[in-house]
Amino acid sequence: MFAHEFMRNAFVAGTFTGAACGLVGWFLVLRAQVFAGDALSHVAFTGALAAAAFGIDVRIGLFVATIVVALGMGGLGERAKADDVTIGTVFAWILGLGALFMAIFSRSGAGADGAAAIHVLFGSILGLSATDTWIAVGVSLAAMGALLAIGRPLIFASLDPAVAAAQGVRVGLLGLTFLVILGATAAEATQAVGALLLLGLVAAPAAAAHRLARNPYRSLALAAALAVAGVWGGLAFAYAVPRVPPSTAIIVLASLVYLAAAGMDAGFRGERIRRAREA
Amino acid sequence: MSDGRHAIAISDATVEINGHRIWNDVSVTVEPGEFVAVLGSNGAGKSTLLKVVLGLVPLRSGTATVCGRAPGEANADIGYLPQRRTFDESSRIRGVDVVRLGLDGSRWGVPLPRFGRDTSRARVDEVIELVGATEYARRPIGSLSGGEQQRLLIAQALVRKPRLLMLDEPLDSLDLPNQAGVAGLIQRICRDENVAVLLVAHDVNPILSYLDRVIYFAGHTAVSGSPREVITTETLSRLYGTEIEVIETRDGRLVVVGQPEAPFVHGHRHDHAH
Repeated sequence: MFAHEFMRNAFVAGTFTGAACGLVGWFLVLRAQVFAGDALSHVAFTGALAAAAFGIDVRIGLFVATIVVALGMGGLGERAKADDVTIGTVFAWILGLGALFMAIFSRSGAGADGAAAIHVLFGSILGLSATDTWIAVGVSLAAMGALLAIGRPLIFASLDPAVAAAQGVRVGLLGLTFLVILGATAAEATQAVGALLLLGLVAAPAAAAHRLARNPYRSLALAAALAVAGVWGGLAFAYAVPRVPPSTAIIVLASLVYLAAAGMDAGFRGERIRRAREA
Repeated sequence: MSDGRHAIAISDATVEINGHRIWNDVSVTVEPGEFVAVLGSNGAGKSTLLKVVLGLVPLRSGTATVCGRAPGEANADIGYLPQRRTFDESSRIRGVDVVRLGLDGSRWGVPLPRFGRDTSRARVDEVIELVGATEYARRPIGSLSGGEQQRLLIAQALVRKPRLLMLDEPLDSLDLPNQAGVAGLIQRICRDENVAVLLVAHDVNPILSYLDRVIYFAGHTAVSGSPREVITTETLSRLYGTEIEVIETRDGRLVVVGQPEAPFVHGHRHDHAH
């Protein structure tokens, strides 16, 4: 399996992207902002196709769109809590823009086969070049480093904003920084698992870790480990069964991990309740 | 306290929030180790007092010192328990982690695995023991009762050994036995640890017998004194500028009758800061 360069690239990029997704996802679950991750995946789609339509590097479109929108959400979140209707409408509108860019791009001839759109939607982890791979490693390491650097105050600010603010934690600034890290990670992960499946790799391993580990820092490390395990298992499965796209295999595995964790957690709790009743 | 003898000294203070006058010439002092209740109707400026002390709301005029320093500079000496917040039932963070964040939550990075003696952990365990929460501190905080969560949050506020403990309506969402239990705990901490306690309350009765002093906010200003001096028909009628009657029941509880709601309630009580 590792004889092929594209598999080696996929494993290297997937390992680091997966770990970053796991860490970001853990905070996303803690902060109950999973919906923001979903929103950013729509934005990633539109950003990538806009870049393609205008003949710019797709990566630039991805990063600019997700980071700008993350900053916008952070800025809005401070002042006004947008309601469901607003959020739903805005993101449907953004997806609509994406469809428009896709049409422009398809007519331009360069993307007549629509393969670029498929890649953005569902990822192309087996198609990464050596340069793509190193960029993925660099972006993921930067995101993880930044996240660990603000880890403890971010947990404090997420759980207990008023007390954290009283102790001098810059709650608003941390939230904004987190959204930017989320945007960069989403942009990078879009290339591996695609805009539509991104949320599975971000949310499922993290939610499983929240259920399995009590200590927050161990839980954080576990989220990254589970996401990496999902990527490795998915890649291996897709290699063994070439008809299954790797992004599908990765997401299915990540979801199964979450289901197993939820089952174990429910089992533990049932056991505790039973013991408490007997005592 | 470098120079100031007072835990809090505020004199002739005026506060405006969004152009609305909240305080007019308010003067308040709190001594070290005192148990003080902050009373008054909604929007009368009770929570504003806590925010002024923390340096979160500036004075329009007048002066304020906290442990001898300017407001905001003494926050390391203040344990703060904001208005009731409950933890999501699905939250898996344990009580002990919440308490620990009170100690080191503002430090960058993440903790690395420690070998040997962990003094922070010893302090966390000590303060959890002090509030009587050892038995359930390692359970997910979302699964605990309101009273149990409140004890852990008090432990979080105490973990840095503050000189001043400020609690915003800590008894509000608790049932009567838990109100008595938590009030007794706060009184014990106040006396044994020599911490000044500033407690914002809706109902003075659960803590009445423990109080050294009350600060009563009404009509943009405040009076302070012993509970029997302040919570009287004469003082409150003067403060509100209208007829108020204080009735003492046979078991010593005080009931304030005819207390008007303040005319400016603009969500002041519910502005959970983000």
